[in-house]
Amino acid sequence: MLIGKPSDIKPSEITPRDLYLNRRGLLAGAGALGLGAAFPAAAATLTYAKSPLSTTGEALTPLKDVTTYNNYYEFGTDKADPAKHAGKLKTDPWTVKIDGEVAKPADYALEDLLKGIALEERIYRLRCVEGWSMVIPWVGFSLSEVIKRAEPTSKAKFVEFTTVAEKSQMWGLSLPYLDWPYREGLRMDEAMHPLTILAVGLYGETLPNQNGAPLRLVVPWKYGFKYAKSIVRIRFTETQPATAWNTANPEEYGFYSNVNPAVDHPRWSQARERRIGEFSRRPTLMFNGYADQVSSLYFGMDLKKYY
Amino acid sequence: MPVSAIGALSRRRLVWLAVFLACLVPLASLVWRFLADDLGSDPVETLIRSTGDWGIRFIVGGLMITPLRQMGWNAPARFRRMIGLYAFFYVCLHLTTYLVVDQGLDLPSIVGDILKRPYITVGMLAFVLLVPLAATSTAAMVRRLGARTWMMLHRLVYPIGVLAVIHYYLLVKADVTWPVIYGAILAFGLGWRLKEKLRRRPRTLRTGAVRP
Repeated sequence: MLIGKPSDIKPSEITPRDLYLNRRGLLAGAGALGLGAAFPAAAATLTYAKSPLSTTGEALTPLKDVTTYNNYYEFGTDKADPAKHAGKLKTDPWTVKIDGEVAKPADYALEDLLKGIALEERIYRLRCVEGWSMVIPWVGFSLSEVIKRAEPTSKAKFVEFTTVAEKSQMWGLSLPYLDWPYREGLRMDEAMHPLTILAVGLYGETLPNQNGAPLRLVVPWKYGFKYAKSIVRIRFTETQPATAWNTANPEEYGFYSNVNPAVDHPRWSQARERRIGEFSRRPTLMFNGYADQVSSLYFGMDLKKYY
Repeated sequence: MPVSAIGALSRRRLVWLAVFLACLVPLASLVWRFLADDLGSDPVETLIRSTGDWGIRFIVGGLMITPLRQMGWNAPARFRRMIGLYAFFYVCLHLTTYLVVDQGLDLPSIVGDILKRPYITVGMLAFVLLVPLAATSTAAMVRRLGARTWMMLHRLVYPIGVLAVIHYYLLVKADVTWPVIYGAILAFGLGWRLKEKLRRRPRTLRTGAVRP
């Protein structure tokens, strides 16, 4: 596995640490004054180790963009909606049901699920199917740790993730665009891959609600809509689970949805992307730049057919 | 401005000037937000969407002027040309932002988009049809073409409106609220014209019948 490839980012392009920290200070100040509806709950600082699996040499997308430019349709379809409305979601207490083809099905309180798990910072590129991208310092842990603990049976071939659907706290659930609750899925080997994580934070603090608090999936070589947010259920299945966007529009959103510049979305090109903060587009990389780590998962598969 | 100068400007001209300047407010707002770094996380997307929004508003709004006049509200009628030219103006900004800023004038990529992406094909077609209308907007051009030909040519704005709404409808991912709203207004405007045409036809036939 090749880690830490040399990058084409000049050091001068990288946001200096004190600059983004300063921005966070400003935001925290705004929150303390009650000005930032986007930051209602006090974000707790997390303890974590740096991970060798982080992507290096790329400028981090500023926290403000990461937390105000979101697709989370349960809070509205505009990118600014989640930051405005997600504060209503209660994330404590939080229960995650783990069931399906496992030896140890259980309802975990989030604290119990996280017990004994060491958090890591994972800096990953995020590529949205809409043609924009970010670089986000997630804090989380390998999904495989949870999977191993649940002891999947030999029948477990896929993992399904379900997002919370609390109508009173998520007004977007009254919109008819997706078949709620939001569901996503991975093949077992994808779920077990070391790059696949469950994130509980970003930029060193607990996840803001609009980013999928308290627990979200991150699969950096896939389009962002695969990253199920605010997970309440992890179910192991023998057959490929139905997923939200694939159900809504199967021609446009496949089950795999690996980032692939050679396979266009029917309505737009995927060859290039705009990194948030930049003006012109840059080329999109195969598997979002993680080809060395993940392409073996798809050996012999026709990626045009299994898009 | 001295009082005498205001007196020299007729009320009619003042209203014209006010409407003219009001139509520039969306552009001014975008320039202001650009300078204030307030165009959001993806400024290019905001510029493209916003100029496109105003383009379709002027096109669909312009197509409502005639129905409104026939319903008895005459005031907007004299701004038809201005509204039409502003539609063209915002559509030009929309297209320029896409070509220059978003695509960086990458010709193969742009041609690929036009050929392969239905919403871009449709949008580009709407733009191409809009060009002759903008080019023949002057009184001199009306005289040169003759009122009849000019009117025929400018009926192109009906398909342009339809193409613009389709363009918008095709590009949204899931939330079709706004394309449907514009589509409904457009359908009303075009439906009204059809209704008026049908209402007038029997009368023409009648007068034709009494001719010797």
